[in-house]
Amino acid sequence: MEDFLWLVPALPLAGALILIVASGKLSKSVSGFIGAGSVGLSAVISIILGFRFLEDSTIVIKQHLWSWFDVADLAPDFALHLDALSMVFIFVITFVGFLIHLYSIEFMHDDEGFTRFFAYLNLFVCSMLILVLADNLVLMYLGWEGVGLCSYLLIGFWYKEEKNGYAARKAFIITRVGDTAMAIGLFMLFQTFGTLTIQEILNQAPQALPMDSETGTIIAFLLLGGAVGKSAQLPLQTWLPDAMAGPSPVSALIHAATMVTAGVYLITRTYAIFELAPLAQQWVGIIGATTLLIAGFSALTQNDLKRVLAYSTISQIGYMFLALGVGAYSAAIFHFMIHAFFKALLFLGAGAVIMVLHHEHDMFKMGGLQKKLPVIFWTFLIGSGSLAALPFITAGFYSKDQILWLSLAGEKGNIWFFLAALTGAFVTAIYTFRMVFLTFYGEEKTHVSHPVGSLISIPLIVLGVLSLIGGFIELPHTLGHLQLFTDYMAPVVPANVLTSGIESSEWLIQLSATALCILGVGIAYFFYMKRSDIRAELKRSMIVTNRFWYSGWGFDQLYDLIFVRPYVFISTINKNDIVDAFYAGIVSVSNFFHDAFARTQNGVMRWYIMGIVVGAIFVLSIGLLFN
Amino acid sequence: MKAIPVEAGLILAGVLFMLGLISVLIRRNIIFMLISVEIMLNAAGLAFIVAGARWGQPDGQVMFIFILTMAAAEVSVGLALILQLYHQLQTLDGDAANKMKG
Repeated sequence: MEDFLWLVPALPLAGALILIVASGKLSKSVSGFIGAGSVGLSAVISIILGFRFLEDSTIVIKQHLWSWFDVADLAPDFALHLDALSMVFIFVITFVGFLIHLYSIEFMHDDEGFTRFFAYLNLFVCSMLILVLADNLVLMYLGWEGVGLCSYLLIGFWYKEEKNGYAARKAFIITRVGDTAMAIGLFMLFQTFGTLTIQEILNQAPQALPMDSETGTIIAFLLLGGAVGKSAQLPLQTWLPDAMAGPSPVSALIHAATMVTAGVYLITRTYAIFELAPLAQQWVGIIGATTLLIAGFSALTQNDLKRVLAYSTISQIGYMFLALGVGAYSAAIFHFMIHAFFKALLFLGAGAVIMVLHHEHDMFKMGGLQKKLPVIFWTFLIGSGSLAALPFITAGFYSKDQILWLSLAGEKGNIWFFLAALTGAFVTAIYTFRMVFLTFYGEEKTHVSHPVGSLISIPLIVLGVLSLIGGFIELPHTLGHLQLFTDYMAPVVPANVLTSGIESSEWLIQLSATALCILGVGIAYFFYMKRSDIRAELKRSMIVTNRFWYSGWGFDQLYDLIFVRPYVFISTINKNDIVDAFYAGIVSVSNFFHDAFARTQNGVMRWYIMGIVVGAIFVLSIGLLFN
Repeated sequence: MKAIPVEAGLILAGVLFMLGLISVLIRRNIIFMLISVEIMLNAAGLAFIVAGARWGQPDGQVMFIFILTMAAAEVSVGLALILQLYHQLQTLDGDAANKMKG
């Protein structure tokens, strides 16, 4: 079975190529079949491979396909490397990706760009698989840029509306800032190690880089820059809310489940470098903690259903970064997996709601959907419970609880990380159930056009089940102490190191998190179900804060002020290119002389003779004067 | 025989040359311009003769023979051109042939 590893990324690529080449010639059902089928086959292969890993997660499957290029000492191979970490990722990418493809067949059915959509989506899955399966960082960078391209294409999928195009460009340009940092980081890695093969770097890192060295710290910060751009963390988070301009399946697949977690993957992959640069690792945690708070508060004030989910995604990836920052790698990956399940579910549910409500995005114009759309309601409720980490029954509880616990108890954790994570959990519960109550309860404000079909329901149900039971593979010490996932990840990432003598307080932390979660749900219930009059008053009294949060803490305006406007100003000044003025000057001087000499060429012979005479007198006088 | 002073010869040559030059510049008739050029050539020849006499060298006269030969060739070419010009433009006005201006 190992020999078929190459098929995992190759099948979606083949699907994309077929759809691109045959664009417009294939019927919708054939396009959908190719699009979903190729990813489905990949999912089957990766699940079969996954069973091998469940038996023994220490195995590593390597597949050398061909040498990519060989320049100087840089000879990256087109080689795949599958270990426990990339196994989790390819499982999520292909499996969740397949469900989203299925969903898209119905969701995009009436869209004229149906084939194009599946071509892009398949290309995305292929790039993402290359990203996580790459054996060296150059190949990983290929996948990294590939997913960036597909993200751009899919955000701007409905390109006829101008603002979608702008959103796509914004996403592309802002992630490019991070990508540039990452590219420089790769150059420095190559300079330090002389290779870009990931495993060699991990093996050599302890010898090549002393602890806390300057080079190591700079490399770690540059890699962090790349991760921050792709994963929409502070300060490059502004592109993700606008990326919701794309179709909902795209938001589910790219901007929630897979691509935006590429940063988490990158940091986990290169953990050895971060372990040797404690300052950078601490900053990973600080960025995560700040981002999860900022995005959480922004999510509280949004009206657009998908924007709530977008901010919530930023916030949840903040949790993952926080976990990475305290060295809890397996917790971060666990939360990534669970988050992929419930956030994909929420985006798909939201997409279905928006579709049946005639593309109504505003939650305040929704309501009363729980009777009309029972499947969507129940699955959405499960996803929301998981997002808000409702205790004991949802998967999100177990994954987030682990991060909360390790942010305090981990060796690199501290009370501030913990407080930020706890506040974040509280805010998450409020905004999640605010969203649920506004969308599904209350009176019906917009008429439901049609019930959804089975291709939409089945992925929702599957993801709903996973969002419920996915967490039971990892139970905290206080609740049965089951560590399947941590044990599974043990061969590829360092184990969590706890501060000594803190184990006894774990139940206290869980209790406070549980209490805050339920309190959050209660607050949402109180404001959005019982007493909406108080809510309106509260909103009026806090209108400035509300607007500030609504705009995502003013980051767009800030960047507009410090980057966009100076840039526009300078380019207005330099419209005619200052450097070019020099060359234009040369041209105008020679033009001037050309005109002057052309005027002497007037065809009147006596002028020529006069010219000869004057010239002769001139030369003679010079000869006489200087002799 | 009393020798003519060399200055007088050179001044005569200079005056002749200037006369020829001025008439080239102010004449419109192309035949007169050709004649003026001949005058200038002869002025130069005169200067050579005077200089040769001054130093008692034959070179001046040799140069005059050269100039004479060259002038004959020049006149033959010049007259041929004038004929062509007249044939083309039906005029002897030198300014009429200003087709080659930049």
